[in-house]
Amino acid sequence: MISEKTITDFIYREADLLDTMQWQAWLDLFHPEGRYWMPLEWQQQDPVLQPSLMYEDLMLMKVRIERLAGERTFSQKPKSRCHHLLQAPQILVCDPAAGIFRAKTSYIYTETRGDTLERFSGWASHDLVQVGDELKIKLKRIDLVNFDAPFGNIQLFM
Amino acid sequence: MAKYGKDPRAIGALVRDAEVHRDVYIDPEVFELEMEHLFPNSWIYVGHASQLSKAGDFITANIGRQPVVASRHTDGSIHLFYNRCPHKGVKIASEPCGNTGKFFRCPYHAWSFKTDGSLLAIPLKKGYEGTGFTDTQASGGLSRIRNVVVYRDFIFARLSENGVGFEDYFGESLSTIDNMADRSPEGKLAVEAAPIRYMHTCNWKMLVENQTDTCHPMVAHESSAGTAIKVWQREQGESTEKPMAVQLYGPFMSPYEFYEQSGIRIWPNGHGHTGVANSIHSNYSDVEGYLDRMVAAYGEKRAHEILGEVRHNTVYFPNIMVKGAVQILRNFIPIAVDRTLVESWVYRLVGAPDKLYERALMYNRFINAPTSIVGHDDLEMYERAQEGLKSNGNQWVNLRRLYESNEEPDVTAVINGTSERQMRNQFHAWAKFITMDMDQGVEAAE
Ligand code: FES
Ligand SMILES: [Fe+2]
Repeated sequence: MISEKTITDFIYREADLLDTMQWQAWLDLFHPEGRYWMPLEWQQQDPVLQPSLMYEDLMLMKVRIERLAGERTFSQKPKSRCHHLLQAPQILVCDPAAGIFRAKTSYIYTETRGDTLERFSGWASHDLVQVGDELKIKLKRIDLVNFDAPFGNIQLFM
Repeated sequence: MAKYGKDPRAIGALVRDAEVHRDVYIDPEVFELEMEHLFPNSWIYVGHASQLSKAGDFITANIGRQPVVASRHTDGSIHLFYNRCPHKGVKIASEPCGNTGKFFRCPYHAWSFKTDGSLLAIPLKKGYEGTGFTDTQASGGLSRIRNVVVYRDFIFARLSENGVGFEDYFGESLSTIDNMADRSPEGKLAVEAAPIRYMHTCNWKMLVENQTDTCHPMVAHESSAGTAIKVWQREQGESTEKPMAVQLYGPFMSPYEFYEQSGIRIWPNGHGHTGVANSIHSNYSDVEGYLDRMVAAYGEKRAHEILGEVRHNTVYFPNIMVKGAVQILRNFIPIAVDRTLVESWVYRLVGAPDKLYERALMYNRFINAPTSIVGHDDLEMYERAQEGLKSNGNQWVNLRRLYESNEEPDVTAVINGTSERQMRNQFHAWAKFITMDMDQGVEAAE
C-alpha cells in the first residue's frame, strides 16, 4: 500500500540517484511515457506551444545520459557533479485507489564542474503512478524561481 | 595603457586578409571601441513590431551597451529613445516589455513624457520659469534615436546621426527576413513569448562567426547529435518515421561534402548565409495543411518558391543571426569583452498550423538553451578559445580556409560551403564600421 512516506522516500531516493550519478537506476524510475519538464514561464500550463528549457521523453533523457559518458563529450572534461538539498516534500495527492500521487518539493540545486559552481532554487513537482508495487514518474516538473534569468550551462538533471 | 586609442590604422592592422589578431576577442580596450564606434555605426536589431501591438506598448533593449526603449505612439508610429530620464538619469522603463498607457512617468520625480518621447508635464512647473530650462536638452523630453527603420516588422536602429543608410547597409541580405515572413500565409510573424536566454563567457564575435562555421558540427556536435542518432537507431524498433527530435538533431552530423555543396552566400557589409542550395533544415517532414494554406495565399508557383528557399543561418552584421526556415532569431548581446548574452527568439507564422510553432520552439530549446546539449558543445569551444587566446604562442587567429588572393571586399558571391570567407567578410566590415567615424587626423598629430 502506497503511503505518504512511500512518496517521500521515493523523492529522496530519486535525488540521491542523481547526486550519486546512478543514471540508469534513475531512468528506471520513469514510466515509459514519463516526461522531464523545465518550464520557461511562471505557472506555465503548456509544454508544447509555450517555450520551455526542457521537455524530454525517455529517449531524449537517454541521449543526455549517454552523452555524459561520451569519449568526445568535451563539455564533460572535466565532469560535472551535482547536489540536491531538498525540503520535506509536500504531499498534494495520495490516492492509492485512483492510483494518483502528487508531491511538490522545494529545493536548492548545485551543479559544479572544474572550478565553477552554480546554484539554483526552485520547486520540483512529481506526478507519480503505481506500476505493480512500485511508483513510477509520469512527470517531473522543475520550476526555477528565476526561470527567466540567463544561465550558463546546466548539464545535469535538477 | 591605451594600445589602440582612436587610431584607425592601429585598429585596421588587427584585421589581415585571412587572419585576425587575438586582441579583437580578448582586449577590453578593443571592446570599448566596439561599443563606442562599431555598434553606433551599424544597424542593430531592437525588437519586433508585434511586441508593440497596441498604443502605449513598449519594449526595452540594448544597442551595444546603450539601454533603449521602443514604444508605440497613439498615432501608431514606433519611436525609439535612450532609456534615461532627462532629469536625473533614472531609467524610464525597467521591464523587458509592458504597456505604459498614454504616457511614460518617471518614478523618481514624476516628469512625464508622451509615447513619442516629448515632454508632457513636470510637477511644480513654475519652479523652472526664468531658469533657462527651455534652453536645456532636458526640455526636449526623452533623447530620441532618429535612425529607426521597421522592415517587415523588424525594428532596426543606428545610433550615429551619420552613417550608411538602412537599404545600403543590408541590401539583398533582407531576402532572408522576407523569406521568414513570407512563410506565413498572411506574410506576418508574431512574437508570443520571451526568448530563451543563455549567458556565454566568451566574446560576442565567436558566436557570430560560429553561425557560418560549417566545419565544426560533425566534430563538436558528435557528442550530442551523434549520440541522438545512435540512441534512435538502437531504440527505434519497428517505427520508421523519425521523431521530430531526431529530425532536428540528425542533420548536424552531415558530412563535409554536404556542407561543401550546400554553399555560402556573402553580401557586402559583413552579411552572409550558409545553406544556399539546401541546408540542414531541408528534410523536415511536411506539416499537414500548411502547403494548402500557402498555395491558397500565394498560388502554387510562389508558394513553392518560398518554401524551396531553405537557408541555414543568415548573419546580419554585426550581431544577429536569422533562421528563416525555422523562424528563429538569435541576438548576441555584448556585455563585456568575455561575456555575451544570447537571446534566442521564436516567431510564430501567423495563419500557419501550430505544428510549425511547436517545431520552432523545440529547435530553440534543443539548440539554443542553457539546457541544450548542442549548446553545451559550442559553449565549451568558445570558453576554451577565450582562455586559449591568452596564450602568447601565437597572436593570430587563422581564417584562411579556401582563401583566394583576389578576394574583393563588399561583394555578393556564392562560394563553397566550407569556406571561411563569411568570417573574413565580417572582419572586413568590422574594420570598416569601427573606424568609420574615427578622427582620420591622428596621423598628423603623431
Ligand atoms: S529623475 Fe526622472 S523625474 Fe527626476
Ligand atoms: Fe555548433
